[in-house]
Amino acid sequence: MRKNLIAVLGVSVTYALAVYSCQPNVSIETAQYAVNGQKLYGVHCQNCHGAKGEGLGMLYPPLTDTAYLATNRAALACIVKNGLEGPVIVDGKTYEGAMPGIPQLSAVEIAYILTYVTTRFGNSTNTYSQDEVKEALEQCQ
Amino acid sequence: MIKSSFHNYLGALLFAVTLHSCTGDSQKKLPIIGERATEERIVDGQTVVDTVYHQIPPFTFLNQDSVLISDKDFDNKVYIANFFFTHCPSICPTMQRNMLKVYEKYRGNHDVAFLSHSIDFKYDSPSVLKSYAKKLGVDDERWQFVTGTKKDIYGIAEKYLVYTKEDSAAPGGYDHQGYLVLIDQNKRIRGAYDGTNDEQVAQLMEDLGILLKEQ
Ligand code: HEC
Repeated sequence: MRKNLIAVLGVSVTYALAVYSCQPNVSIETAQYAVNGQKLYGVHCQNCHGAKGEGLGMLYPPLTDTAYLATNRAALACIVKNGLEGPVIVDGKTYEGAMPGIPQLSAVEIAYILTYVTTRFGNSTNTYSQDEVKEALEQCQ
Repeated sequence: MIKSSFHNYLGALLFAVTLHSCTGDSQKKLPIIGERATEERIVDGQTVVDTVYHQIPPFTFLNQDSVLISDKDFDNKVYIANFFFTHCPSICPTMQRNMLKVYEKYRGNHDVAFLSHSIDFKYDSPSVLKSYAKKLGVDDERWQFVTGTKKDIYGIAEKYLVYTKEDSAAPGGYDHQGYLVLIDQNKRIRGAYDGTNDEQVAQLMEDLGILLKEQ
């Protein structure tokens, strides 16, 4: 039983590492968050923002503006939870759309998604932790 | 041992299928989809039986430039039709992203057209459709975005064999299928592809090429 558990754990860590081997300096925790986040991203974000975060024309902005993701790190949790409306500048272009919020996502789910987005599309190497999500959500405007 | 010989068998089969589909390619024809009927005619005293295929009936809709367009605008063209709405949060963005790939690929080819029907007859006025088209990256008349009465839009969806419904329980308020429907030069349905499935979209690209060679 114990052995099985270790085997399962081993496999999932290996899997996480394999997926993230292109970014050697992220921790195992970050890699696991990102793997979980990838699945949730596919369900909740990919239709608009694309499989590679490429966006779609001027309808949906890309998630690949590393500077945007870094400067607005705290706001990201609010965007996911409450949505975003009005002009936003991404990669030097002004988008005027409306993103619906996804209020039913839990703090840990948001943490998974944002770890995926900020490490895969952005240049972060850190976990977007559950605590960070909770703190950010208290500060939403 | 048993397993590996099964694998060998599978491999050989796959190989045979691939070979076959390569050689058969030049004669490949797409099916004609929908119900069909037969009609008898007398020609020179002889009875001739014709097959009557399901066709998209005549239509008129208002497009993104507030101009009435009709089935006549698609005469002798191959076109891809679908159903969407501009603030659809679920399958539409993926479907339109894939349609855009086909639109980009056939840039400059005026034998291929695109027709997106909005099923949100309340919100998607021509000016909303225009802004949507521009933001998507559509800049010529090959791709039309149209609106009409609920009866006309939902009625024509049935003719394309696509399910659409106003449903407050569905994301965005409308339930619909994400099919890209391939229509030939004679307004007959030649294929329907799930616009959210990459493999099916690749198949559509291939079938469109086959259809364009058909005369
Ligand atoms: C229905 C389409 C849609 C969905 C689904 C969606 N977004 Fe957005 N997103 C948008 C639009 C539109 C904007 C721009 C809003 C504006 O113009 O103010 C945007 C903006 C953003 C931004 C800020 C600008 C940028 O590009 O960096 C982030 C970050 C973001 N979305 C992340 C997400 C994440 C993460 C998810 C999934 C949890 C998600 N979005 C789901 C449509 C969507």
